[in-house]
Amino acid sequence: MCDHYHPQSCDTPRITEAGFTRRRFLGHGLGLISAASTVPAFLMRAGDALAADTTMRLSSKPGVPDDRVLVIVQLSGGNDGLNTVIPFGHDEYYQSRPTLGIKEQDVLQVAGSDGVGLHPALAPIHEMMQAGLAGAVQGVGYPNPNRSHFSSMDIWHTADNSAQGQGGRGWIGSALDGLEQPTGLDCLSIGSSAPLATLGRSARPVSFENAQLFRWAGRDLDRQVSETYDQFHDAAAEAPGNSGGEDPLAFINRTSMDAQVASDKVRKAVRFKNETKWPNRTSLSRQLEMVAKMIRAELPTRVYYVAMGGFDTHANQLNNHQRLMDQFAKAMKAFYDELEATGHRSRVVSLAFSEFGRRVRQNASAGTDHGCAGPSFVFGDHVNSGIIGKHPSLTKLDKGDLIHNLDFRSLYTDLLDGWMKLDAKAVLGRRYPSAGLLQPGLA
Amino acid sequence: MSLDTSISAIAPDRFDAAAAWHLLNRVGYGGTPDDLQRLHALGLDAAVDHLVDYGGVDASKLPGIDLDPDVIRNLTNDERKKVQAARRSGDQDVLDEERRRGQAARREDQKMMNWLRRWWLQRMADTPRPVEERLTLLWHGHFASSWRSVRDTYLMWQQNELFRRNANGSFAELARGIIRDPAMLKYLNNNQNRKQRPNENLSRELMELFTLGVGNYSEADIKAGARALTGYGIDDHDFVFRKGQHDTNEKKILGRSGTFDGDDFVDILLRQESCARFVALKIYDDFVADVGDVYEAVPSVNRRVIDKLARQLERHDFELKPVLKSLFKSKHFYDPAIVGKKIKSPVQLAVGTMRSLDLPTRDRSITDKALAAMGQVLFEPPTVDGWDGGRAWINTSTLFVRQNLTTYLISGKHPTKKSTPKDVGYDPQAWVAVMDDRSPRGVTDFMIDHLVGPHTPAERRAPAHAFMAKRETGETVSNDSVVAMACLITAMPEYQLC
Repeated sequence: MCDHYHPQSCDTPRITEAGFTRRRFLGHGLGLISAASTVPAFLMRAGDALAADTTMRLSSKPGVPDDRVLVIVQLSGGNDGLNTVIPFGHDEYYQSRPTLGIKEQDVLQVAGSDGVGLHPALAPIHEMMQAGLAGAVQGVGYPNPNRSHFSSMDIWHTADNSAQGQGGRGWIGSALDGLEQPTGLDCLSIGSSAPLATLGRSARPVSFENAQLFRWAGRDLDRQVSETYDQFHDAAAEAPGNSGGEDPLAFINRTSMDAQVASDKVRKAVRFKNETKWPNRTSLSRQLEMVAKMIRAELPTRVYYVAMGGFDTHANQLNNHQRLMDQFAKAMKAFYDELEATGHRSRVVSLAFSEFGRRVRQNASAGTDHGCAGPSFVFGDHVNSGIIGKHPSLTKLDKGDLIHNLDFRSLYTDLLDGWMKLDAKAVLGRRYPSAGLLQPGLA
Repeated sequence: MSLDTSISAIAPDRFDAAAAWHLLNRVGYGGTPDDLQRLHALGLDAAVDHLVDYGGVDASKLPGIDLDPDVIRNLTNDERKKVQAARRSGDQDVLDEERRRGQAARREDQKMMNWLRRWWLQRMADTPRPVEERLTLLWHGHFASSWRSVRDTYLMWQQNELFRRNANGSFAELARGIIRDPAMLKYLNNNQNRKQRPNENLSRELMELFTLGVGNYSEADIKAGARALTGYGIDDHDFVFRKGQHDTNEKKILGRSGTFDGDDFVDILLRQESCARFVALKIYDDFVADVGDVYEAVPSVNRRVIDKLARQLERHDFELKPVLKSLFKSKHFYDPAIVGKKIKSPVQLAVGTMRSLDLPTRDRSITDKALAAMGQVLFEPPTVDGWDGGRAWINTSTLFVRQNLTTYLISGKHPTKKSTPKDVGYDPQAWVAVMDDRSPRGVTDFMIDHLVGPHTPAERRAPAHAFMAKRETGETVSNDSVVAMACLITAMPEYQLC
């Protein structure tokens, strides 16, 4: 029986001499080992990609690459959507927010959107919108909203709003479970732990805070230790019977080889020099900088996950939120500038979301409390630019909160079906209407 | 190579040191060389009895845990009235205050859960009754509820105690207990299961995941079973049977008719042929081989053993001890194709490493994070189906996490910081003291035998010998080299198996 983790090994003839080792990989080109049955799955794909480099980029649709990447930017804490995409044309906005409301003359107006515009600190995103690279999706949420950070984030991650918390698997992980040829590096998350969204039945993301530490930490003990570790692992890869799918040790040896190679690749990738100047060194910009480098290195990774916190603005929101908007917008702009300079921009669509918006009415501490619907953002060459959808009503509220007019799973549907060519219905349990995120022909 | 499927006991003289190693690591959570020697000296029967029939082993020195049951609580009548009034009048101050109270309670409950989690892991590492904790974890994964949705640490602790109390007792008691367990009733919404509006969640999972397995019942059985479970609810943190909400009419479940209640429903399930088989498969998958939990997908050679276990379970009215004892003495269990072929769960990896090397307690937040990254957070199984186990534990990302965790536990080397610790904080000399041969070569072989198993072939030991020979030229081995060696051995692919 074939080991589905490495489907290639099933019909590749096994070479009789010693198989593949990490050192041999580092010393030789990919073509040399591509026939070996012991070659890690990761390399098989990387090797294919390299060999077929020119054809890979030619897609069935002109200008739309096939090696597409999705980047998820999580804005944790509940971003105040009303002060992000601002309904300055509605009196109710200023009545509800006597001190927090952003003055009409400061709001960045967007062509074709009456009475709605962007927070002034979102100028970089405004610029991207004008260049056709950014869309703000209004009024995103789900039925029976949950105002707990934890539960609402779980709902976004699992795409299950029953709030029963039984879907311990996330939308990205479940989608990647469906890959025919997993590489072990299909999803990469920057952070100390793997987001629920990225966990599937078998899919797990590679996660690290610092790419240089995606490796065995024992190497730091001393050089002899590090060398002996390599000997143990190289010898394991050469052990006889290693190509069998059934033996658990062969399976672990092979996965271990995948891990060593992925580690080398990732750590090499982040040593690239940037092509552009990254303006501010915030947490989000540092994360996206790493992602840009890994995209440039053409890792087989399909989904990257990054996060930025601090959006839980219960008190003295004005300046804090201004700073958050500034960091978010500058990081996104710098990311896409870098992607453009390295020639990878058309490969990358990003989604930025928050677990909920905030109350319409400001609170007594010059802040806002947990609310419901809010805007999400999409970025990339192939997204519909501008302000997408309708702003939620400011008069028809649910317990003082905005009522969503677009289910977040419609966003996932566009990204999975249209962009990633994965099966959204299988992940979400049913078909959701398109949110219109992508340009015609993609959605 | 044909796998021995006999569940009759091996000859007593076949219970050698290697067999004892297999028993201790596969069934217990591993142990020190001393523990292993003692277990081996008992001989097969007494060794298995000691592990499985642990009632006589004194565990009273283990620390208990004292949780406040009222961190998550219902509103008092007065509070409820006040909130209702505030909703009507739109009194934002009162509503805000109530919201803050709720948030504070949830934060407190989160703290309590972290505490409970560490308490359990420490108990696994310290207990003289390892099989009690192994089985408690098995039942936790089998009758899975998650704190992520139960959101009440006290209830999760109560459930954990239910599993521990009946860990090696009777599966029938566990099944009867689970339909009265507040955490499970909350998790599967049975508090909303009323005569007028039945909720089928518990009824479905009880059959599909807890007793029979998919395909062994009909949708009509689920509906009828749900009616039998109406009125089984929770009042604060206690089980309550709400007579008025219970459906006393006749139901037809799996071909039998009667005015069944929950206990009758469970009895009917236990009498199904598929039930014993389903439970036997769970036990087999946990202790013997990673075959998954779908009987039809299990290779026929393993199925033969599972069928024998199932018949034993039936014969013993679902009493677990006799079945476990016979399994752990069986020829099948000690077959070379079984030994060293099972992937360790993250908990087994962490606890086994602590026990095998008698390691000091380290920063538990690092262990917690590693367990999450490896995919096994205690009290948070991913779904009501529990953890997938087996190969699902291992991938590109989790392998480094596994290696980095064992390295951290042994050496104190932080998994994600470059710096190495000034003081390892661990003295392996007590551990080395039991060895007869303390030469560099002797120590190396001893450590491989003890950590990866006596079955490790010579060529896999070679890098370790070369490493030791380079560092140690004298008669003995320094602490530093023992620690480095332990890090290397536990990072071997073979260490992920036992």
